[in-house]
Amino acid sequence: MKKRVFANLLMALMVAGLFLTVSCAQKKVTSDPQSTQPSQETAPADTASDNPLKPVATGDPDVDFINLDIYFEFDSAELTGEAQALLQGKAAYIQTKSDIKVTIEGHCDERGTTEYNLALGERRARSARNFLVDLGISGSRLSFISYGEEKPADSGHNEDAWERNRRGHFELQ
Amino acid sequence: MTYKKLIKFYSFFIVILFIAVFGNSFVYCQDVTILNINNPSIRKIPLAVPEFKQFLKGAEIEQDAKKAQNLLRDALNFTGYLKIINAQAYLANPAETGIARKDIDFLDWTGIGAELLVTGGISVDNDKVKLWLRLFDTFDMRLLVGKIYTGDRKDLRIMIHRFCSEVSLKLTGQRGVFGSKIAFVSRVKGKKEIFTCEFDGFNPQQITFHKSITLSPAWSSDSEWIAYTSYAKGKPDIFIKNLKQKRGTIINKEGMNIAPAWVPGEFALAASLSFSGDPEIYLLTGKGKIIKRVTESRGIDISPKFSPDGKNIVFVSRRAGSPQIYIKNLETNNIRRLTFEGSYNTSPAWSPNGDRIAYVGIRQGRIDIYTIGIEGEFPVQLTSVAGDNEDPSWAPDGSLIIFSSTRRGGRSQLFVMTAAGGEQRRLLSFKGEQTDPDWSMVNN
Repeated sequence: MKKRVFANLLMALMVAGLFLTVSCAQKKVTSDPQSTQPSQETAPADTASDNPLKPVATGDPDVDFINLDIYFEFDSAELTGEAQALLQGKAAYIQTKSDIKVTIEGHCDERGTTEYNLALGERRARSARNFLVDLGISGSRLSFISYGEEKPADSGHNEDAWERNRRGHFELQ
Repeated sequence: MTYKKLIKFYSFFIVILFIAVFGNSFVYCQDVTILNINNPSIRKIPLAVPEFKQFLKGAEIEQDAKKAQNLLRDALNFTGYLKIINAQAYLANPAETGIARKDIDFLDWTGIGAELLVTGGISVDNDKVKLWLRLFDTFDMRLLVGKIYTGDRKDLRIMIHRFCSEVSLKLTGQRGVFGSKIAFVSRVKGKKEIFTCEFDGFNPQQITFHKSITLSPAWSSDSEWIAYTSYAKGKPDIFIKNLKQKRGTIINKEGMNIAPAWVPGEFALAASLSFSGDPEIYLLTGKGKIIKRVTESRGIDISPKFSPDGKNIVFVSRRAGSPQIYIKNLETNNIRRLTFEGSYNTSPAWSPNGDRIAYVGIRQGRIDIYTIGIEGEFPVQLTSVAGDNEDPSWAPDGSLIIFSSTRRGGRSQLFVMTAAGGEQRRLLSFKGEQTDPDWSMVNN
């Protein structure tokens, strides 16, 4: 068990380090309307790094825990490799803070119908929760809620916005 | 109209006449349908609505006469199966020559192609407005509907729409949409609340004030209750609200409580609850007590809607790996898949006459409204213009479908079309974004 926690911590550090190096190279952009240009018509990409509007790691674990979302493909609640790596970092963070409880929010892009997206958002939040539980986080510290398409991170109507809105978001209770 | 069709048309009336004369009762006529509004290739019937005759002179009467004529025109035009002939083409003016059958030279109307004529008269009697309204078949020179209404000036709209219901009943065998209402979601100051308006978008009224995310309004059959989903208490719960009294129930089991749909004619509903681990459909009493579980499958089961007889439920399930529409027979428990085309079909709505399902499909990234027969036959795409088209809901007589669309400037607004996808038009001009329309049954 201890070994596992250690391994997770190591992983978290590595992931954080990875993001740190990335953030040095990337211009930090939060929401600059100038850059909200619709991307070329491409299939939703698996990788999150090509969307300039997604928040990037700051290196501050408290900030990153809230700011960094996990992303999903259209009509999917499956955790991508990238999402899994990020979740491992989150698990490590939660382990180090024994007094925190976390709410996982599941979100969808605006496409598709309201009710179905509520259900899909719940599946996304639940799969993130289950992954964290599998990493040893007590289920009692994790609650989840779906907002469907009701709380977009990006109000745009283009591929970039949709990609950024299909997300799992983490909040401290 | 071809000659053959004309003969058919006339023989129809002759039969009615016989029934009327020899059956010694007009009750039989109630069953006669002149128009089949479910026919997708329906031809619009040309109709004339001339000025109202004013039996008294005065500014108020003149104003009311104009208003009544406009209300009548707009309401009949809304049906989608009547075409109002432009007043400039009219050869006669019943406002001067008279509005009763004996006053009318029907050649004046058949001459301009009008197959139907509505005449109106208006007067004032003890501060009440009095209306004489008649519907004529011009080719047959026959009175189809004749009614007199008396009421307050402010009730002019109600009186005109009562008459339109009679016209609809005579022409289609059903009372139409005129006594129905529409519930919808609109954004207010960044929050979403439920509103209602009349069938034509008139008089929008906010009915929830949760200052939260509020979605999925559903009318009960008697239009006395609305069930909806709201985050008012922090997570999605179902609120069951009486519209006249301050009564209601909240279904707030663990997890999500969403997608309410009323059982036809009963104080009971179906909804999707996720307390068991994933969204499953349940039957509940109007007080929120579970009667039974309807679906048992891993993955999403959502958006239930009942067949008009209440014996079947149509719903969305992801059991086969993509969201598709299924029908469950509640008596035999048999479940069958209805949609096979495309990998995203959601938001089903059962037509009031029971034979078709409207739904939302995504094809090549385009979100549009489709209908399909309940055995999976004749799928038809109804929207294709532009924007995302979602949330179909049928008018109580099945002649029209209301939906939300982003076709105008990207903002979601409410639109109406015929059941065959014709006559697509915006329902109301209203600030904010409107979604989730639900059309009530007729209540008059």
